[in-house]
Amino acid sequence: MLKDKDRIFTNLYGFEPCSLKSAKARGDWSNTKDIILKGRDGIISELTESGLRGRGGAGFPTATKWSFMPKEPTGKTHYLVVNADESEPGTCKDRDIIRHEPHKLLEGSIIACAAMGAQVCYIYIRGEFYNERLILESALSEAYDDGLIGKNACDSGLDIEIFIHHGAGAYICGEETALLESLEGKKGMPRLKPPFPATSGLYGCPTTVNNVESIAVVPTILRRGPGWFSSLGRKRNEGTKVFCISGHVNNPCNVEEEMGVSLKDLIEKHAGGVRGGWDNLLAIIPGGSSVPMLPKEICDNVLMDFDSLKSVNSGLGTAAVIVMDKSTDLIKAISRISYFYKHESCGQCTPCREGTSWLWEMMEKMANGQARVDEIDTLLDLTKRIEGHCICALGDAAAWPVQGLIRHFRGYMEDRLIKTRKKIMVEN
Amino acid sequence: MTIKRLDINQPNSFSFSNGDLKVINKIIQNYPEGRKQSAVVPSLYIAQKRAGGWLPEKAILKVSEILEMPKIRVLEIASFYSMFNLKPTGDYFIQVCGTTPCWLRGSDHIKKACSELIGDEGEVSGNRISWLEVECLGACVNAPAVQINEDYYEDLNYENMINLINNIKDKKTIKIGSQIGRRSSEPKKVEKDNA
Repeated sequence: MLKDKDRIFTNLYGFEPCSLKSAKARGDWSNTKDIILKGRDGIISELTESGLRGRGGAGFPTATKWSFMPKEPTGKTHYLVVNADESEPGTCKDRDIIRHEPHKLLEGSIIACAAMGAQVCYIYIRGEFYNERLILESALSEAYDDGLIGKNACDSGLDIEIFIHHGAGAYICGEETALLESLEGKKGMPRLKPPFPATSGLYGCPTTVNNVESIAVVPTILRRGPGWFSSLGRKRNEGTKVFCISGHVNNPCNVEEEMGVSLKDLIEKHAGGVRGGWDNLLAIIPGGSSVPMLPKEICDNVLMDFDSLKSVNSGLGTAAVIVMDKSTDLIKAISRISYFYKHESCGQCTPCREGTSWLWEMMEKMANGQARVDEIDTLLDLTKRIEGHCICALGDAAAWPVQGLIRHFRGYMEDRLIKTRKKIMVEN
Repeated sequence: MTIKRLDINQPNSFSFSNGDLKVINKIIQNYPEGRKQSAVVPSLYIAQKRAGGWLPEKAILKVSEILEMPKIRVLEIASFYSMFNLKPTGDYFIQVCGTTPCWLRGSDHIKKACSELIGDEGEVSGNRISWLEVECLGACVNAPAVQINEDYYEDLNYENMINLINNIKDKKTIKIGSQIGRRSSEPKKVEKDNA
């Protein structure tokens, strides 16, 4: 269990105001200048030592990502783009950071810009988060007025500008290159890589895209020291993480916990347990809708971090825990996720554009019991033809939940199909 | 992918207010010289507000003029992003999240309440309310959730959704956020047993 003293987001729920004054009282912006003066190498080496891995889903080491930016000025503007286009089903952590701890995000952005030699930062927030955007805009103007951002930001000698940009409802814009396209005023269609954004990103300039949470934890890590952060969690999976616990639990909530907390503890200590008790659990999607689900037997013991979940063929993703009890129609639940990906496919790559529609149609047939048992293999084959065959990971994200269902619940699916068939035969 | 087309019935004119134009010009300043196109989504958003919740063709043309973009590029954006409505919506536009985390907690009941009190999905009712099922709103620990115009309404169930819609109909003020008294995403206070 994470102790209160080790909490980064002390105002996650917004019981205190999010104003600059209040944020300063919580310790934000207290010695930003000193942190910036550690210099690019100083900041990146401390962050490397802390072990911070990206909080947006892929878990790539943040410091390594930052180190890809050109060391010398290129004559172009260097950009930091903060990905606040949070739309992964199950995930609602960035929303809380933006509306309740906006200054952690802004301070983190300034430090990240300093560490990468970036002069301009855009925060791309999803269009639906209108009120959250207003809060962030007001925090931004407070910080500008206080000299924390802009010319000679925090009295560091660096000029760093931050702008807020909003989207208009497109999950795909959470993919970093689609986000850059969208920021350039185009349809959010992912770019082919290479070139990677660090070489040629926004407007063809060196750019790094980071998730809100990855950026917002940086000031606290550098303030308290990398050793403190890496003392939490397990090796290669250090620190704390905001978990979103939704679905069939008694008290759905967001909570910051230590990485590597057991899934069962997380749910029982923070979310009031599974509805009807732990034994009423059927399956859990542990990291947002894209990752494969886990049956109860695995949930009993699994730890919540990147490597533990990878070892059971799932993933930490965004740490959005979606709990499903025994009353759940699992096939329907996954079918609804398939519909989501069909809806959100940008249409650029054929396997994804056509495959996600087909996937959803087959899942609906399965849910209604109108498929043959051998069609489960056809469905699995279909997922394999989408996975790995597209420019971005949306196709993979559509395939994995279905693969997870078949991997762990093939018997459950067969039962449904056989029972429906028998029922039809009896009726006729 | 979804298919969106311009509405058959189009108004004769569209114009931004001077205030709108000021805001758009200010937004354009956020981007480097020659990168006006970056302001297309925020500009269309302002246009949609000005037109009463949807984008008529004339509004799309106007944005293309201001940002010096080919018309088709702006139309493409308007049809790509799901928050842009190419057909009229009600003055109260209810977007019901139906993705799995909300569905698990009963978004079907929310949709039922909407169809009973408002009517068919996508149709504007006599009292200027319309509703639509949308994809994940990002309020999953407060599921089920809906967005009415700009605001989120959370922790819904059939009964409080009925109340919400009735209050809108009666022009009563409605409470934004959680409908069961939560501040935000904290675990709700567990009621102690009387025993």
